[in-house]
Amino acid sequence: MELSVSKFNKPTYKTIGLLILLGTTAAVAAYAFLVLKYDPSFVNLNERLLPMSLEHPLGTDHLGRDVLTRILLGSQLTVGYGLLALLAAVAIGVPCGILAGFKGGFLDRFFMRIADAFQSFPDTIVAIVLSGLLGPGIDNLLIAIVMVKWVNYARLVRSIVSSERHKDYITMAKINGLSSWRIMSKHLFPHIIGHVLVLASLDLGKIILLISSLSYIGLGSQPPAPEWGAMLNDARPYFQSVPSLMVFPGLAIVFVVLLTNLLGDYLRDKFDVKKELSS
Amino acid sequence: MSLLELNNVSKTYENGDAVLKNIAFSLEKKECVGLVGESGCGKSTLARCILQLASIDEGEILFNGMALQNKNERNLRPYRRNIQMVMQNPAISLNPKLKIRESLLDPYYQYGAQADLRHFQYANEADFAKQLMGAVELPIALADRYPHELSGGQKQRITIARAISLEPALIILDEPTSSLDILSQASILKLLNGLREQLELSYLFISHDLSAVNAMSQKILVMKEGSIMDRFSREELFFENRHSYTKELISLYQ
Repeated sequence: MELSVSKFNKPTYKTIGLLILLGTTAAVAAYAFLVLKYDPSFVNLNERLLPMSLEHPLGTDHLGRDVLTRILLGSQLTVGYGLLALLAAVAIGVPCGILAGFKGGFLDRFFMRIADAFQSFPDTIVAIVLSGLLGPGIDNLLIAIVMVKWVNYARLVRSIVSSERHKDYITMAKINGLSSWRIMSKHLFPHIIGHVLVLASLDLGKIILLISSLSYIGLGSQPPAPEWGAMLNDARPYFQSVPSLMVFPGLAIVFVVLLTNLLGDYLRDKFDVKKELSS
Repeated sequence: MSLLELNNVSKTYENGDAVLKNIAFSLEKKECVGLVGESGCGKSTLARCILQLASIDEGEILFNGMALQNKNERNLRPYRRNIQMVMQNPAISLNPKLKIRESLLDPYYQYGAQADLRHFQYANEADFAKQLMGAVELPIALADRYPHELSGGQKQRITIARAISLEPALIILDEPTSSLDILSQASILKLLNGLREQLELSYLFISHDLSAVNAMSQKILVMKEGSIMDRFSREELFFENRHSYTKELISLYQ
C-alpha cells in the first residue's frame, strides 16, 4: 500500500536531515569555542570590506569586523532570545490553559476573553506597536513577543484539557481522592506535553524570524550587537558591492528556522499529534 | 447502623426533568445490593450522587451514619477511600498515557501512608502492586504496559484491583460487565464475588442485566424513570406478587 510506504519512509528522511543539521550545528559550536579569536564589535577601519580569506573565512564588514565571528556570536542573541521568549510564553500560557480548561466556569471565561483580545491583533503588528510604544531594544521586543505568543499555548492547552476532563479516568482520579493539583500534574500533563513541544518547536522558527525582522527595521537589537537581523540592516548599503555581507546572516536565519521546523515535524511524528489533513 | 442509607433522595435537572424521585434504600456491611433498570432510568446518576460527583436536591445520603451531601471536596476526602467505583467502560477509566502501574497505584499514592489495611500486607510499592495484580489474577508483567496493550477483560480487572486497593467498605459497580464479551463477563462476576467474601466488601451492583444482578446480589431494587418500583430479596425474584415491570424484565431474560 502506498500509504504505508510513505509512512515508513518519511520519518527516516526527516531524521537524516535533522542529523545533518544537528551535526553542522555541533561543528559550528565547536568552531566557535575552539577557533574564534576576534572581538565581534571591535572596529578596525584598516580591514573593512575584505573578501573571504583564511584569516576571515566570510570576510569583514563595513567597520572591519569579522563576519563569521559576528554570525556565530549573533546566534546567541537571535536563538537565545528566541528561546527565552518561547520559554516565557510557554510558562505563562500552559498554566493559564490548564487552569481555564480544568476549572471551567468563570475562570475559563475570564482567561479566554483576555486571550481573544490578544488574538484579535496580528502578531507582527502588536510586536511593532508595543516595541514602538516601549521604545526600541531587545528587552521590549521580547516583552512584545511573549505578550502575543502566550495566547496560543493557553488556547491549545485549554482545548486539550477541557476535552479530557470529562473522561472517566479523571472522574476515577477524583473518586480516588486526588487533589486538583495532582490530577492536573499527573493525569493531564502527559496529554499536553507532546502538543506543546510540537507547537513550541514550530513557534521558535517564527519567533526567530520576528526578532530578526524587527531588528532589521531597527526595533529590536541595537548596534553594535551582532544580531542577525541587525546585521542584515547594517549590510544594506553594501548590497550591490559586497552581497556576501547580506547573504551569510540571511543564510544563518534560514538554516536555524529550517532546523526548528524539521524538529517540529519530527516531534509531531514522534508524539503522534494528529495532523489536520488537507484532503 | 447501615453502611449506606439513602432517605428520600431526589434530583431534578435544570431543564425540569426529575431524574431521581424519592429514592430510599439501605445497604448493610458485606452485602451486595443489585440495582436494575433500563438505560436512562437514573441508575448511573444515582451512583454519581452517592459518590458526590453530582449534587442532590432533596433527601440525605448517610455513610456509616454521616451525611455526605453538601460536603466540599476537601471534607469528602476521608470518605473517598471508603467508597470506590468500577465503571462501565474500562478503556476510558484508565489514563491512556500512563502505564498500568501508575493508574493502579493512584489510591495508594494518595492514602498509602495512612492506609491501615487488613488483607494486603506489603513491604513496598512494587510488592503491593504485585499483590493487587495477584488478587485479580493477572501477571505482574502487565503492570508495565499501557492500557491499549491489554484486552477489555484485563483492563476491567485492573480497574477492580484499583478499586479494592484500599479495602474500601463499599464499591459501586456501574455495569462492570456490559462492555465485555460473554466469557469475560462470567469470569469478572466470579472474581467480584470471590473478592467480596475475601475482603469483606459491600457492593452496589448496577446493571440492566437482571441475570447478572440475580447472580451477585442478596437484595434487588428495580428502578424505572427515577423511582424504585420494586424491591425484594434474591429468593423472591420469581414470586407471584412481583411488580408488573419486574415481570416484564424477567420475561426479557427468559
